[in-house]
Amino acid sequence: MPAVQETIDRVKEIDVDQYKYGFETIIEMEKAPKGLNEDIIRFISAKKEEPEWMLEWRLDAYRRWLTMQEPDWARVSYPKIDFNDIYYYAAPKSNEAPKSLDEVDPEILKTYEKLGIPLREQEMLAGIAPENRVAVDAVFDSVSVATTFKKELAEAGVIFCSISEAVREYPELVQKYLGTVVPKSDNYYAALNSAVFTDGSFVYVPPGVRCPMELSTYFRINEKNTGQFERTLIIADEGAYVSYLEGCTAPQRDENQLHAAVVELVTLDEAEIKYSTVQNWYPGDAQGKGGIYNFVTKRGDCRGKNSVITWTQVETGSAITWKYPSCILRGDGSRGEFYSIAVSNGRQQIDSGTKMIHLGKNTTSRIISKGISAGHSENTYRGLVSAHRKASNSRNFTNCDSLLIGNNCGAHTVPYIESKNASAVFEHEATTSKISEDQLFYCMQRGLDEEEAVALIVNGFVKDVLQKLPMEFAVEAQKLISISLEGSVG
Amino acid sequence: MADVERINTPVEAAIAEHFAGVKATLPGDAGTRETAFARFTEAGLPHRRVEEWKYTDLRNLMREAAALAPALSDDAAKAALEASPWFSGVDAVRIAIANGHVVASASDLADLPEGVTLETLSQALAAGHADLAHLGAIPEAGDNIAVALNSAFMTDGVVIRVKAGTKVTMPLHLRFVITGDSAVATATRSLIVVEKGASVTLLESHDSADALAHQPNNMVEMVVGDEAQVAHFRIDGHGTGAQALSTLTAHLGAHVAFDTLNIVARPGLVRHQVYMTFAGEHTKGAVRGATMLTGKQHADTTLFVNHVAPHCESRELFKTAIDGNATGVFQGRIAVAREAQKTDGQMMSSAVLLSDGATMNNKPELEIFADDVLCAHGATCGALDDDLLFYLMARGIPRPEAEALLIESFLGEAVEEAVDETDEDLREALLSVARTWLAARS
Amino acid sequence: MLEIKNLVVEIEGTRILNGLDLTVNNGEIAAIMGPNGSGKSTLSYVVAGKEEYEVLDGEIILDGQNVLEMEPSERAAAGVFLAFQYPLEIPGVATMTFLKAALNAQRKSRGEAELTTPDFIKRVNAAAQQLEIPKDMLKRALNVGFSGGEKKRMEILQMALLEPRFCILDETDSGLDIDALRIAAEGVNALRSPDRSFLVITHYQRLLNYIVPDSVHVMAGGKIVKSGGKELALELEANGYADYKAQEAA
Repeated sequence: MPAVQETIDRVKEIDVDQYKYGFETIIEMEKAPKGLNEDIIRFISAKKEEPEWMLEWRLDAYRRWLTMQEPDWARVSYPKIDFNDIYYYAAPKSNEAPKSLDEVDPEILKTYEKLGIPLREQEMLAGIAPENRVAVDAVFDSVSVATTFKKELAEAGVIFCSISEAVREYPELVQKYLGTVVPKSDNYYAALNSAVFTDGSFVYVPPGVRCPMELSTYFRINEKNTGQFERTLIIADEGAYVSYLEGCTAPQRDENQLHAAVVELVTLDEAEIKYSTVQNWYPGDAQGKGGIYNFVTKRGDCRGKNSVITWTQVETGSAITWKYPSCILRGDGSRGEFYSIAVSNGRQQIDSGTKMIHLGKNTTSRIISKGISAGHSENTYRGLVSAHRKASNSRNFTNCDSLLIGNNCGAHTVPYIESKNASAVFEHEATTSKISEDQLFYCMQRGLDEEEAVALIVNGFVKDVLQKLPMEFAVEAQKLISISLEGSVG
Repeated sequence: MADVERINTPVEAAIAEHFAGVKATLPGDAGTRETAFARFTEAGLPHRRVEEWKYTDLRNLMREAAALAPALSDDAAKAALEASPWFSGVDAVRIAIANGHVVASASDLADLPEGVTLETLSQALAAGHADLAHLGAIPEAGDNIAVALNSAFMTDGVVIRVKAGTKVTMPLHLRFVITGDSAVATATRSLIVVEKGASVTLLESHDSADALAHQPNNMVEMVVGDEAQVAHFRIDGHGTGAQALSTLTAHLGAHVAFDTLNIVARPGLVRHQVYMTFAGEHTKGAVRGATMLTGKQHADTTLFVNHVAPHCESRELFKTAIDGNATGVFQGRIAVAREAQKTDGQMMSSAVLLSDGATMNNKPELEIFADDVLCAHGATCGALDDDLLFYLMARGIPRPEAEALLIESFLGEAVEEAVDETDEDLREALLSVARTWLAARS
Repeated sequence: MLEIKNLVVEIEGTRILNGLDLTVNNGEIAAIMGPNGSGKSTLSYVVAGKEEYEVLDGEIILDGQNVLEMEPSERAAAGVFLAFQYPLEIPGVATMTFLKAALNAQRKSRGEAELTTPDFIKRVNAAAQQLEIPKDMLKRALNVGFSGGEKKRMEILQMALLEPRFCILDETDSGLDIDALRIAAEGVNALRSPDRSFLVITHYQRLLNYIVPDSVHVMAGGKIVKSGGKELALELEANGYADYKAQEAA
């Protein structure tokens, strides 16, 4: 089996016991003063040269946030966050928004190269077939530093830029869609994000256009004590298609850092969005010191008939993850899919899952979730599937499997399945098991050591989901999973 | 108790008033009751923001609080018992509890099987009976508000002990009835201690009139010793006027075989909660249920299955058929502690929705801390299978009958799994509940 | 007995039957053969009244009565029996309960008295014996855990018991070994009578060695494209369906 050998080789070449993205970029930064108040929001808005309506929107969100409570229902625990001890804006000093890559600080370009994300188009093009190209929006702390392939995308009619730019350049599109999927006061962190979001990506694919390449955003938190609050808005107009990838890393630090993003997707009639995430924020050290708090609201609205939204996520990073990429299946015949791999090790805590809200007729959804817990981690799948009265002939299939490695971790499954329609058919199945001794023995008898055998079996366990990722991402994800589980056996 | 005064709804205030009015007359230690009531005072009636009660919002559903029912005259009790049909075809030793009080004259107290002792709870409380130490064997149940209210208000019930090694062949049947002209509440508590190696079958039935507004709160606690076998069959035949709270706890020793089946057909509102703790190794426990709902009924089954000891097996199978504008709720949590290696837990909840107004909420949960386990749950929800219906109709069976046949077999699966196949009378007694319901449906 | 005129049927917008005409006379055994996907099973479902098929045009007349508006159970009472290609498993419904429910429902709708239990058991046992169906199979839930052959024999048993006027055998031979095939065929042959007709749907000629048809019809593209005597089946066996597929494509 060549695939097996490949896996083993890959596992071997991985440097152990280290978060390999943990380095820090030394660069001069411009920051807003620490803390959160209306002046800080005005500062951010001014820095972004935003129109008045955007500032008002932010201030409204802030005022609502002040009246809200931090949610406590998830199965995670952490010390209370002091929201006034965070920098809400940090940007590389020097230039205005860089006009071209030549204006971007070379240290930043080096950072992305080290992360394996080349931003120079010619470098990206080397040896890559045109159809495999990926356009990248690189977000460094609070600002987008570069967006590649903009011209080629523009020729196809696709708008791909930072959200700050979109607020200035395409205000009518932003105003029409921003906050319509995740309202300002949807939840505590979404409200916070709405008040202080600094950057993120904006995508608009016009009617009938199939986006000619994969779009990607790479988020990097570099600065100390800085929160990252990105906001992403993707709209696929009638009959459009786009595949979008999101990656993220952060330096290794002893303090916890907050990442509270909001992602909104909208599909109109017959449109399709595929959204893939490989989340690899710094998870903290083995004792649970440091790491990112990843409190994210991601939601897609299948607004048009027969539209499709697919979420695929590979979650290996963050100290705490609180994240439920969801689909509102509003259009008749629309489809939502959620494929997830969540790997927790060390002291990580994951509470993640999805919501599939069936509102329209003949809507279908599919949930495949694979949780792997190791070390002293806690890994919870939490999901809601609901059919409203009018969602006749809706269908859901859910499969949640959990795997425990070692005896100090926890794996939990908390599904909510609510049906108000007799013709809706929902099926849910979940299992929790360990890696079978027989499988392990079989692999080891064939010459693999225990860690290799575990990696091999885990890869098999998550295969259904990995297959849903774009090729390049799948390889990356497989590597990450192996790294995350290092040292979890024996 | 610090800042106890959080009573803030009229119903909560009415409950407090009832408690203040009645507590001096209730048997046993007043302090224990006060402590239990303080838990209620602190938390109030559970509502949808309390995760465990998310789908059964008592604050919203219980708008009145009735006072405890007074004991009935023997004649009135007998008339009510006469009218209660459940398990009448099964030979059993019968113990009658009417409006929350044991009716000695309508019970077979003189015919208890060898090795079985029985006392009423009120006697036991008054005398400070030693077995009462077994109450609250599953401490986490004590935090539950239905349990707290039961502990505060409990009037009577039975304390049964089955001596070590005793094989009781005749089932013991606890017959609960409620009757009256105006709204009443009851609170009964029973304790069944089954010693090592003993075996016993318990039948439990509840009956009341549809027209009577009543709020029964029943609790049965079982403490099952090593190598004992217990089978428990319960028919909840409370009338549509009922707002019933029911709790079963089962604390299981090692090498135990424990089975419980609950059939729900009539009550307007019911919450049945089961706490099952596997405290000894190599024990098998099964919790099953068949629920059939119509009109505006609301039935909630909530399980807390707790694996503490290794090498145990749990099976949970729940079937719910929902017609009219009724709502079914299933919440089931299997928790496996770190020490409970080699646990095998399988839970399944299936519902059929028979009408456009029907609602089903399923929340099966796994909470696992041991790595060498095999646990699974499944939940399905949908209409009757069209292909099966067609097959039956293609053989000439008209639609209503074909539906009835499918619904009966759907619900019957829980019964068939629970009942020994040679026990025709018992099976009939249980399946007839479904048949009666189906006959009323068509 | 059965007359199908210009039957046009769709399922979820896909046309399956395309103006099919077929007549089966009293006492006749008609065989329908055809390549996979030609609509054979659809025909059997539509005659029996399965819901999801949409009949756009045509009629199905059984003994002078158009059955298209009838419920499946009414058609069964009128004498239509479909031996399913894939008989369904019904967990929890005992075979005997099911048989009794079906038999009595049909008797009731024909104004006949219900059978007494001893009478009923006697009949089932007789039929079971002939089909070599062991008694313990009758005690189990309907078709649950039965092998493919056992399920097919259970279908024939039901046919014997319900005494239909018009029997459709939908690929009853599929999944049967030679002994099972012989037993099933003998069961069918025993039911031949001047006022009972059969429509035998099959992909292979093999079954027709055991159940000898009076007429053979070739189905392709949702209609009957050729009819003939039993020799037509042999011809098909020798030459295959290639000609008809080509015709369909043209």
